[in-house]
Amino acid sequence: MTRDEITAGLAEILEEVAGVNPDDVAEGKSFTDDLDVDSLSMVEVVVAAEEKFGVKIPDNEVQNLKTVGDAVSYIEAQS
Amino acid sequence: MSRSDVVVTGLGATTPLGGDVASTWDAMLAGRSGVGPLTQEWAAQLPVRIAAQLAVDPSEVLDRVKMRRLDRSEAIAIIAARQAWADAGLAGSGLDGERLAVSVGSGIGGATTLLAQDDILEASGPRRVSPHTIPMLMPNGPAAWVGLELGAKAGVHTVASACATGAEAIALGLDIIRSGRADVVVAGGTEAVIHALPIAGFASMRAMSTRNDEPERASRPWDTGRDGFVLGEGAGVLVLERAEHAAARGARVYARLAGAGITSDAYDIVQPHAEGEGAIRAIKKAIADADIAREDIVHVNAHATSTPVGDMLEIGALRAALGDHPVLTATKSMTGHLLGAAGALESIATILSIRDGVVPPTINLDEPDAGLDMDVAAHKARHLEIPAALNNAFGFGGHNVALVFTRP
Repeated sequence: MTRDEITAGLAEILEEVAGVNPDDVAEGKSFTDDLDVDSLSMVEVVVAAEEKFGVKIPDNEVQNLKTVGDAVSYIEAQS
Repeated sequence: MSRSDVVVTGLGATTPLGGDVASTWDAMLAGRSGVGPLTQEWAAQLPVRIAAQLAVDPSEVLDRVKMRRLDRSEAIAIIAARQAWADAGLAGSGLDGERLAVSVGSGIGGATTLLAQDDILEASGPRRVSPHTIPMLMPNGPAAWVGLELGAKAGVHTVASACATGAEAIALGLDIIRSGRADVVVAGGTEAVIHALPIAGFASMRAMSTRNDEPERASRPWDTGRDGFVLGEGAGVLVLERAEHAAARGARVYARLAGAGITSDAYDIVQPHAEGEGAIRAIKKAIADADIAREDIVHVNAHATSTPVGDMLEIGALRAALGDHPVLTATKSMTGHLLGAAGALESIATILSIRDGVVPPTINLDEPDAGLDMDVAAHKARHLEIPAALNNAFGFGGHNVALVFTRP
């Protein structure tokens, strides 16, 4: 899976869970500061991403995933 | 210092009869029933397959992402509160949040969230349980969401007294303003538990009508054929305001909330007191609190839920506390029983009766109970000058609440 495909998959999840416009989702965007994803919604995003990409994202990793790009890199490395 | 007068300056509701106050009131005056069949798959096995479901689903009003984070009872509380807020002319008014409180309760709370998340837990494990579960099912959720929406910083309160909740939340709002803790209180009740488990529970108590073949005729307070209440869902919210505060901003005033009476039976966990002793005391206290004579109450919007025992006990209590002169109605004949929202919705009806000089009908009162020796606006709305009116609400647990509203 390419980074663009992972980004697109995350954009789908973010739209479903938090109502984020998919056009706003890009690797440089911060989940909290740019996309307004609150902490409870972030939990939902993580669980949905695990399911979608077949990876495990432990809770202690989530705090390191500040931007969409961080998440893409983590998922790319795990899958 | 003299005690503050408290007035009602805004109303909001979403009910089985309509998505707002105006449509609900029109339907009430027309004698329309909001009760229908439950066609959902889960209802097929239940002894009760009728209910009064919302006329307008909250998903038609709130966006999808917001709805994901809200129990249905929270969503409709927000909808009703926004309506009341706008109706009071307070939207965008810049009211000081530190002078604004919320008092919104629910009889049962986020039960459908609890059950839905338990299904997920059983089927998919704990990690799949939504992180929104707790704020969705906590009993204070509706009040907290309303406070968040409106910026209330003078306290957000949750009354829970089963089917008396909505009325008791309004009574608490009265206390809050009288005590000076806020100038404006957004007060009411919300309930949304049309689901297999609550229905099965009430049905096991033999409290619900099983007139499944005639949904619109199932809720029939005071009729000899009544066989239990019909579950309804909805929310009703009032904006209560210190009279001087309302006058200073030139607000339109619907009515005065002149008095409240709250008692408890200390008798039985679900059965009302056999002589209606607690109900009588509540009505008398409300009248004394309003500082009017019992003869002044010309209309009562009764609790009357269509249960064999409760309906007639209330008649006895009204006769004992007020005499036999008031014109009664039971709007639950049309809306079903909104449990924790009932006292709020029926307060709204009482207030509009005062404003418009009309008592909405009690439908389905085809063969009045032999003991019904008071005047009921049966079948058709009754035009009547109403300087003062009473709303009753009673709840499992032995809660009795009576509210007196008067012309402004």
